[in-house]
Amino acid sequence: MILKETKILAPCGILGYGFPDTSFRRGLDDNPDAIIVDAGSTDAGPHKLGAKTAIVSRMAAKKDLKRIIGGGIEKRIPVIISSAGGSGGKEHVEWTLSIVQELFIEENWPSVKTAVIWADIPDKAIVDAMDKGHVIPMGENIPPLTKEKLMQTTGVVAQMGYEPILKALEEGYQLLIVGRAYDPAPFAALGVFKGHDLALSYHLGKVLECGALSCDPGTTKDCMMGVLGDDYFDVYPTSQTRKCTTLSVAAHTFYEKDHPYILHGPGCVMDLSMCTFKEVDKNRIRVQGSAIKPSDGYWIKLEGARKVAYRTFVVAGVRDPLLIRKIKEVEVLVEESVREQYSEIDPSLYTINFFNYGIDGVMGELEPLKDVPHEVCVLFEVLASTQEMASALCASLRSTFMHYGYEGRKSTAGNLAFPYAPSDVEFGAVYEFSVYHLMKVDSPLAFFPIEEWHAR
Amino acid sequence: MERLVDLAKMIRSKNSGPFLITLDVLFSEEKNYRRVKESGVINKETIEKAYHLSPGQLLDIVFFDSALGVKITYERSISSGTIGDRDVYGAQQHGPLMEILIP
Repeated sequence: MILKETKILAPCGILGYGFPDTSFRRGLDDNPDAIIVDAGSTDAGPHKLGAKTAIVSRMAAKKDLKRIIGGGIEKRIPVIISSAGGSGGKEHVEWTLSIVQELFIEENWPSVKTAVIWADIPDKAIVDAMDKGHVIPMGENIPPLTKEKLMQTTGVVAQMGYEPILKALEEGYQLLIVGRAYDPAPFAALGVFKGHDLALSYHLGKVLECGALSCDPGTTKDCMMGVLGDDYFDVYPTSQTRKCTTLSVAAHTFYEKDHPYILHGPGCVMDLSMCTFKEVDKNRIRVQGSAIKPSDGYWIKLEGARKVAYRTFVVAGVRDPLLIRKIKEVEVLVEESVREQYSEIDPSLYTINFFNYGIDGVMGELEPLKDVPHEVCVLFEVLASTQEMASALCASLRSTFMHYGYEGRKSTAGNLAFPYAPSDVEFGAVYEFSVYHLMKVDSPLAFFPIEEWHAR
Repeated sequence: MERLVDLAKMIRSKNSGPFLITLDVLFSEEKNYRRVKESGVINKETIEKAYHLSPGQLLDIVFFDSALGVKITYERSISSGTIGDRDVYGAQQHGPLMEILIP
């Protein structure tokens, strides 16, 4: 049996990053069977998940959602917003829903059968799984999860596979606002829903979840079309100016993962080692040979963050060549002085860090180059258990550094050029990924409830 | 001898999740890819030295012929975005790799 081709339009790599109207219009005019966008990432660090904030502005998310959902309504095709709000937790999904609701009212859109799929994992379920030995770290540099750490975590989400999204599609939902999901999962769900091979659908999802990043030049801020066929999938940019080559698509299979052709997903392992990439038309690349097999047990990836400190920081410039030559030495002395000035505070309650941009700000101890620059940007910070303590100690650090009389100093009026007044910036809470573990589940659907949602 | 950066079309670093950094080197010409692969210079010792990695921190060096690329993955000493991290996205850790000399 020859399957009808299925076209999926991916407007951009992250919801809120934007895409050109012309590319999107060309994509819509090409009659896709669905529009799917991945809104999520852990790339920006643990803060968004821990503090329950979004990774893009509300304005940016709304601008994209208006065009994407509007396009879906115009074409009467399903729209999937995956890992809503960036981290895909309850608050992130609710933030997305509030924007969608506003749009339905402002745009006077007709009702669309809408589902929310939640991805929050209750602590109790995790503790039960821990007791059975069903929670393991994602890697050897991740400590085992403890109950204490779990309690300090502000909420745990898990990446769902394609299965809960497929179920919602089978139930007839046209607009899906999905919590945390494995990035390629919504694309795989749509492919399987239309009768296509799971391996090809997942692999297509791996390409499309980044928008036009598999083009040359690549970008997450432009649209890409994926076409699933019998034993192949094709991709092409909908922009007329962007190129897509066998190399650019093959190279994309490398992106942001630990192995070039083995990918571990929820309940599955993909093997892309036998894939072939060929140009079937100008700018249209065909991929074949993607393989997938079930993993040993169905494991979902848990993600959670906890607050570890409060930060206050200062950015300053140093132009004095005498200070630049011995800056690290001086920084050690400045820190010692502050610790003496506040000897009544337990030294383990706070941390002082210096980053010397121009010397080794990016690489730290890994920096192989030893050139002495003519100016240095010094970023220094205090991390403490309260914001008040961080700010008090940082003020002391700043004034001590500013006036520190290091040996050989000739510039006795001040050591630092502050670009701003005030110089000290209260950053707020600092988080860390406290949960990044796999949890074994009985069913791919177990922790991802589907709920009908009404905009009005 | 030529530097890796002069032979490759793309050299980049990026997080692979918050606890790993992955380095990609991709080539546009098969002869350059073959030269680098067959030189044997991109090996465990070279990478551990360039990135000051302790034993066990380097997870994998994999050449992938059909994409003309090599991927190197190692464990971060500090996870992304927490205290002491200098590169939240891990996007600027490719410098030492660029300078590696290929015979």
